[in-house]
Amino acid sequence: MILTRLATLTNGWNPALRIGLLVIGLVLAFGLPWVMYPPVALDIAAWALFAVALDLLLGYTGMLSFGHAAFWGSSAYATGIVAIETGLPFPVAVLGGALVAAALALPIAMLSVRRSGIYFAMVTLAFAQLVFFIANQWRSVTGGENGLQGIPREFFGLDLSDSFYFYYAALPLILLGLLGAWRVVHSPFGRVMVAIRENQARARALGYPVDRYKVQVFVLSAFLAGLAGGVYAIGHGFASLQEVYWTTSGKVVVMNILGGMGTLWGPVLGAGIIVLLEDYLATAGIDAVGLVTGLIFVVTVLLFRRGIWGTVRHLVRSRRRPDERAAAQEGEPESRPAPARQG
Amino acid sequence: MLRTSGLSKEFSGFRAVSDVDLSVADGAVHALVGPNGAGKTTLFNLLTGFIKPTSGTITIEGRDVTGMRPEQIAQRGVARSFQIASLFEELTLAEHVELALQGRDGTGYRFWRSDKRLRRYAAETDGLLDQVGLGGMSGVPAGSLAYGQKRALELALALALSPRLLLLDEPTAGMGVEDVARTIELIKRVRADRTIVLVEHNMQVVSDLADTVTVLQFGKVLAEGDYQSVRNDPDVITAYLGEAVA
Ligand SMILES: Nc1ncnc2c1ncn2[C@@H]1O[C@H](COP(=O)(O)OP(=O)(O)O)[C@@H](O)[C@H]1O
Ligand SMILES: [Mg+2]
Repeated sequence: MILTRLATLTNGWNPALRIGLLVIGLVLAFGLPWVMYPPVALDIAAWALFAVALDLLLGYTGMLSFGHAAFWGSSAYATGIVAIETGLPFPVAVLGGALVAAALALPIAMLSVRRSGIYFAMVTLAFAQLVFFIANQWRSVTGGENGLQGIPREFFGLDLSDSFYFYYAALPLILLGLLGAWRVVHSPFGRVMVAIRENQARARALGYPVDRYKVQVFVLSAFLAGLAGGVYAIGHGFASLQEVYWTTSGKVVVMNILGGMGTLWGPVLGAGIIVLLEDYLATAGIDAVGLVTGLIFVVTVLLFRRGIWGTVRHLVRSRRRPDERAAAQEGEPESRPAPARQG
Repeated sequence: MLRTSGLSKEFSGFRAVSDVDLSVADGAVHALVGPNGAGKTTLFNLLTGFIKPTSGTITIEGRDVTGMRPEQIAQRGVARSFQIASLFEELTLAEHVELALQGRDGTGYRFWRSDKRLRRYAAETDGLLDQVGLGGMSGVPAGSLAYGQKRALELALALALSPRLLLLDEPTAGMGVEDVARTIELIKRVRADRTIVLVEHNMQVVSDLADTVTVLQFGKVLAEGDYQSVRNDPDVITAYLGEAVA
């Protein structure tokens, strides 16, 4: 009885529920540094935006980029360079980094969107490896293996050296990025993204230039990934080769699949879980991050394909499905359809 | 309206469409008939840019569209329905039609706007769904439709584009008698301001609707003319031996 009531309350599109979720999300976003080590809270925020950025491509448009470290990382370097060289307030540096990531994404997208499925993943990976190679070689700019050190946290003369305060200075950038992703998903453009994911030939027949849309989503996604990478670099005070390494691309994919891609909330959840887990393993002195995330990945893929958020949402929604089915039956014409005739 | 010349398509040596010269008059309903495997769907795929011809050209409203992409052809006012329903399984019927209307208006690129704006299509969407016999089902996901209903949705999507040239691939296949009758009426109504090419096995539908009939066999044009003359053509009778030409 109570369960059914709860289910009708939480049927996915219920506005009250959505506002409830938003409030919980905001409380968590603002409360995080009170309940954990602030640098870890900042990592969660940055990775959450990165994961959501990938979700635009992977979950909503059905394109598996396995090279998103290129955008997170190139922005981390670019943000650092802008911050060091100009001393401008850090949000300006981050914005600059995100623009560099978007600019880099444009040619990569144009060269890769014609491929689909695993071939698209491989092309994006190849470009990301190229970016890694350049970052590794171009020592004068990136610091090579030492990374780019001493990135300042300039913000109108305020002292943000305490990560607790920096978190709140950076949070608006993250929230703006998340808001942007939400806007895109729930826009006319977002409808086309889902149409492309579901059936791109059909989308073309309806007059949508699918390749151009894919390039646009890719660049938007890279821009948001760049925002996240820039905040991360300022937060840590350095940018390293790790940021452009392929494991970073893999990690953000795992976050999406674990949390539930195509849901926005899911990737945020996935980012939180993975970052906390890594932190726990590191403080416990267990050197098996790769093994543990790999295991989580395998278990998710095998047991709940939709990820955590997707599975919960599915369970909640399927309680409401019977009504929908009934509606479909009522509207069905008398005539029984003949089996498909192929020709 | 539509003209092809020497249009051919080879699939690894097999000529599915062979040297087809087709001429569809402005405002006509032009039926394309022929046994299964004759190349009718392949011809549609060529006309709409889904596959590229091995040789030959396609002209629509006097413009050479050979080699254009499907979306470019759609933007030129050409809509098609798919023989094997090609839908967005997870989306509702209303979302399907809204996508088509938005595609027609070319406003899908607006990523900064709310999708609530698509509600402006609500009346038009309901009207289109009503027309094809899917009224009252706007909230149902397409994946849960029966076969005949999917065909009806195909038709709604094609009509939503307000095309000048409408290509329908077996629109009544899998429909019951009642739905076939409604579809015939619908096509009669919407033909007023457009040209229609229709692939159809149901000869009742062909004789009711078609001004001109082209018969395809083995990818080639076997006969062409009005329904009566084609029906009495000895080649056509031979080709259809065993199939009902009523
Ligand atoms: N993509 C393809 N690759 C290879 N053969 C194809 C392809 N599409 C169609 N064919 C072949 O072309 C012939 C014509 O098919 P089709 O155009 O679907 O016929 P119809 O629609 O008239 O029944 C068939 O023999 C079919 O097997
Ligand atoms: Mg066919």
